Amino acid sequence: MADETLLSARGLSLSFGAIPALVGVDADLWPGEVLAVVGESGSGKTTLLNVLSGRMAPHSGVTWYRDPEGVLHDVHAMPMPALRALHRSDWGFVHQNPRDSLRMGVTAGGNVGERLMAQGMRHYGRIRAEAIDWLRQVEIDADRVDHLPRTFSGGMLQRLQIARTLVTHPRLVFMDEPTGGLDVSVQARLLDLIRGLVARLDIAVVLVTHDLAVARLLAHRIMVMQRGVVVETGLTDQVLDDPQHPYTQLLVSSVLQA
Amino acid sequence: MLRTEGLEKQFVLHLRGGLRLPVLAHVDLHVAAGECVALVGPSGAGKSTLLRALYGNYHADAGRILVRHEGALVDIAAAAPRTVVRVRADTLGYVSQFLRVVPRVPALDIVADAARGVSREQAREMAAALLLRLHIPARMHALPPATFSGGEQQRVNLARGFIGGHPVLLLDEPTASLDAARADIVVDMIAEAKQNGAAIVGIFHDVAVRDRVADRLHHVTPLQDAA
Repeated sequence: MADETLLSARGLSLSFGAIPALVGVDADLWPGEVLAVVGESGSGKTTLLNVLSGRMAPHSGVTWYRDPEGVLHDVHAMPMPALRALHRSDWGFVHQNPRDSLRMGVTAGGNVGERLMAQGMRHYGRIRAEAIDWLRQVEIDADRVDHLPRTFSGGMLQRLQIARTLVTHPRLVFMDEPTGGLDVSVQARLLDLIRGLVARLDIAVVLVTHDLAVARLLAHRIMVMQRGVVVETGLTDQVLDDPQHPYTQLLVSSVLQA
Repeated sequence: MLRTEGLEKQFVLHLRGGLRLPVLAHVDLHVAAGECVALVGPSGAGKSTLLRALYGNYHADAGRILVRHEGALVDIAAAAPRTVVRVRADTLGYVSQFLRVVPRVPALDIVADAARGVSREQAREMAAALLLRLHIPARMHALPPATFSGGEQQRVNLARGFIGGHPVLLLDEPTASLDAARADIVVDMIAEAKQNGAAIVGIFHDVAVRDRVADRLHHVTPLQDAA
């Protein structure tokens, strides 16, 4: 068992004016583990994702990332170029809206290949072959490789974003409501895809979702946030089936049974 | 293989003014390798709660749940969540009453994914054989079980629970939706698992099934509700 964490945060705090977004948040993530962060809108879960991934700086607290050589990096003290390099290689970020990360004026193959080129790959034929392979892995027909993303459906765009993110084989992927805003049938397909890829590639994931069913199906562990505070954390099925904190009990009991 | 010491469990309903419902107290259960212990007691006595606590699905308020995992004892009640994930993967299997899976995944993959220590190909072969044994015909293996009947879903669940050959197996009403012929197959599978050294704890509504598989009974008695 890998005992050293991939990512560890201690005492993260951040306020927007008078509104606390994070209050003394601790978080740990081990290699290959899926950690779900759940809570209502405004609970601070997306802020936590942005801080853990270095996209925002906390007012206090520290986040450590352990690179493949075992060297620890202080995410909030890293020079910008080093952080950007991390986001292009070891890390990935899947946005709720794929348009936030895809380049809509570049072909599907170009969107996937771009991450490889950013890592220094130059052989056009190999980049294209790799891009087509990844389109296939996210169930997009190879003959769409030269099409522009604007001709894609919402579900296809999300799958394209996942291909673009995973093509560099990141060890750690941050996901912000990856199935939000999609039709339920498309959601199921995407869930299945994410579950399979994450298990097969042994990727660690911090998954922000308001959907407890998504958390149950994908996550090993779960953190429940309310007004910037982590009120409960533990095994996903234990927290959802036997919630201890009043807020978690409210969240779980408020879900409609389909 | 599995032992509890002074296990206690109560539910605190914060949305009902902090109402306390004690369910388990002083549970001392011991199950050896190759042995099947049946939990018995009236409906509502806490049999399912105990089984779920043993799996770590319910939080234990006091006491210990010791499981022999890779040669050492792990206390499920106190272990870190990721340790429980490992114990479940390699040692502690659970067959729940209801199947809960990603909607689009075929039955064969659901079962094959639960296999341990074999190649992907072997896992799929084992899964197919186990499904066929449980009378899930081959034409259904590629289908997601969402559209299956209750009995068929339960058999997919059973195949998933037994394929890994876990050293400790928890069974919650494994024959509840099955007819007598199908239940016989499950009885045989439980007997085989015992022969292979599995320690089994189960809830068996069907007394005939229970008498055939259980070596001992463990009585779960209802606690008085606290005010």
